[in-house]
Amino acid sequence: MNVIYVDNNATTQVSPEVLEEMLPYFNEFYGNPSSMHTFGGKVEQKITEARTRIASLLGASPEEIIFTSCGTESDSTAIRAAVLSNPGKKHILTSRVEHPAIKNHYEYLSKNGYRVTFVPVDRKGRLDLDYLYDNLGDDTALVSIMWANNESGVIFPIEEISKIVREKGIVFHTDAVQAVGKIPMDLNTMAVDMLSLSGHKLHGPKGVGALYVRRGTKYTPFMIGGHQERGRRGGTENVASIIGLGKAAELAAAHLSDNYSQVKQLRDKLENEILKHVSNTIINGDRDHRLPNTTSIAFEYVEGESILLMMDEFGICASSGSACTSGSLEPSHVLRAMGVPFTAAHGSVRFSLSKYNTEEEIDFIIEKLPPIIERLRELSPFWKKIK
Amino acid sequence: MWEYTNKVKDHFLNPRNVGVIEDADGIGEVGSLACGDALTLYLKLDKNERIKDAKFQTFGCASAIASSSALTEMIKGLTLEEAKKITNENIADFLGGLPKEKMHCSVMGRDALEKAISNYRGEAEKKVEGEIVCECFGITDLEIERAVRENALKTIEDVTHYVKAGGGCESCHEKIQEIIDASLGKERPEKKKVIHLTNIQKIKLIEETLAREIKPALKKDGGDIELVDVDGNNVLVKLRGTCATCSASQITLKHYVESKLRELVAPELLVEEVES
Repeated sequence: MNVIYVDNNATTQVSPEVLEEMLPYFNEFYGNPSSMHTFGGKVEQKITEARTRIASLLGASPEEIIFTSCGTESDSTAIRAAVLSNPGKKHILTSRVEHPAIKNHYEYLSKNGYRVTFVPVDRKGRLDLDYLYDNLGDDTALVSIMWANNESGVIFPIEEISKIVREKGIVFHTDAVQAVGKIPMDLNTMAVDMLSLSGHKLHGPKGVGALYVRRGTKYTPFMIGGHQERGRRGGTENVASIIGLGKAAELAAAHLSDNYSQVKQLRDKLENEILKHVSNTIINGDRDHRLPNTTSIAFEYVEGESILLMMDEFGICASSGSACTSGSLEPSHVLRAMGVPFTAAHGSVRFSLSKYNTEEEIDFIIEKLPPIIERLRELSPFWKKIK
Repeated sequence: MWEYTNKVKDHFLNPRNVGVIEDADGIGEVGSLACGDALTLYLKLDKNERIKDAKFQTFGCASAIASSSALTEMIKGLTLEEAKKITNENIADFLGGLPKEKMHCSVMGRDALEKAISNYRGEAEKKVEGEIVCECFGITDLEIERAVRENALKTIEDVTHYVKAGGGCESCHEKIQEIIDASLGKERPEKKKVIHLTNIQKIKLIEETLAREIKPALKKDGGDIELVDVDGNNVLVKLRGTCATCSASQITLKHYVESKLRELVAPELLVEEVES
């Protein structure tokens, strides 16, 4: 059975070009980049190249990039650096819709002497900016707001927020794991102090990420060890993966506009056709300010896990904000923060596309999905009542 | 990804007995949209109170749909008295097991059956009995107690998997723990108040306990145990059968044999294995 993969906010396929670039660094050029000999030195040059490629995708300088093991490590490093560098300040501001890598870290800090303000979002998933600005205080150590939401795809106005946070002299961090490589960014012209990204969300390998730390930002390492990454992140480099991430960044930068206009077109087609063919269906999130590849569709009166498993029978891979898929009993905190009613939250499905999706695949989903929803609604005791 | 058995998948993808019985004799409705799963069960009886037909409608995940389908298959042809004996465990077993996080789906099936039977018998809709413990899902202490008792649940997580209680804001976790503790306390056999055991009494009691409680349990797994000697409070034993070669035997010895003997004979006993 063919796999139709529309779950690219979960993870992406490693591009063939990326894999090709990585492979020699497992067993051919296996030197340690820290070594004095030429064999190791060549590897170091490749890492420098990767660093430059990422910097160029972000509009940053290479020395502002620190390689890490994943997006979560980047987030944890940023949070700890900000907190430890501002020991007198005990307040943190974030949003209610952050990824668990951020959310759970702040919940932990809130039990350990920190006051954490979670900024609400509206029904369309847009941040309440007035609330955010009103809560900036003298004891605020850090503001951490994601660039784009992984479930709804809604993009937050990071440029504006970071500028205002900077004016108050507060550190600003953004978890840009979903945004990097999907939308253009130019950190040199912005007031972002730290930014997290992850390799496997932009057709790079899993197990590698990066943290951007603006020159001059107070910093304390999280992984303490050797002199790697100029003492900012100890541990021997994950060489092949770093090189892969560099290549993925280069590819993303080169094709940012053309790839994503194609992806957006397919996403819009999927969304519009589903809305046309399935009644009682709602798009979660602000359709005007979204990642070009993401749509979160709520099918009222059906449950998300059932939809996913029935799509799975056709090889269609997506994900759901429903309770049953998460192992918890409540639907996604993002959809709840947005005030999506329970009738819709349980039946929300996220489709996230990539440049590798074809029009045929999208047509296949448009053909298979409406009968699945209809079938599940026929099973549901609520459907007849509302009809 | 959930590990569903083929039987669960089959009953999810090809659910049996979906629909409504217009002139049903009993209808049982449980769950709600807010909770994420709901089931309506319809029963049609013959003149001998035997279930002639059963149909259902379910909103929920794969295991909720499969549990409902399984339930209707299980009860067709049974008398109401027979059907009443079906437990949530039976439903899960019929499906070849459910992931533990999904056991509440089988509980929902059993609850719907009970409600449909009460509905047929014209019994008033049971008022919410007991006190609400979990505000998020509206679960009472009596419901939690019952799940703990019937399924031998030991942790808050277990309780959440079976009846959802504690799966929301978690503020009721303390109360749930109290219910579990109380229930475990009740089930524990009363400690024999043996204050001064003579050596002979002690050995006799150990032998009895081994024969009555411990050996049968070990034999279920192909193991056995033999009492070699009792030296003061040191109980010297040899492990036999699969126990002798089992890498977990020390755990068996300490966590099971020793704690059982301490519970039923004397709390100061130490169990030691001797070489054959």
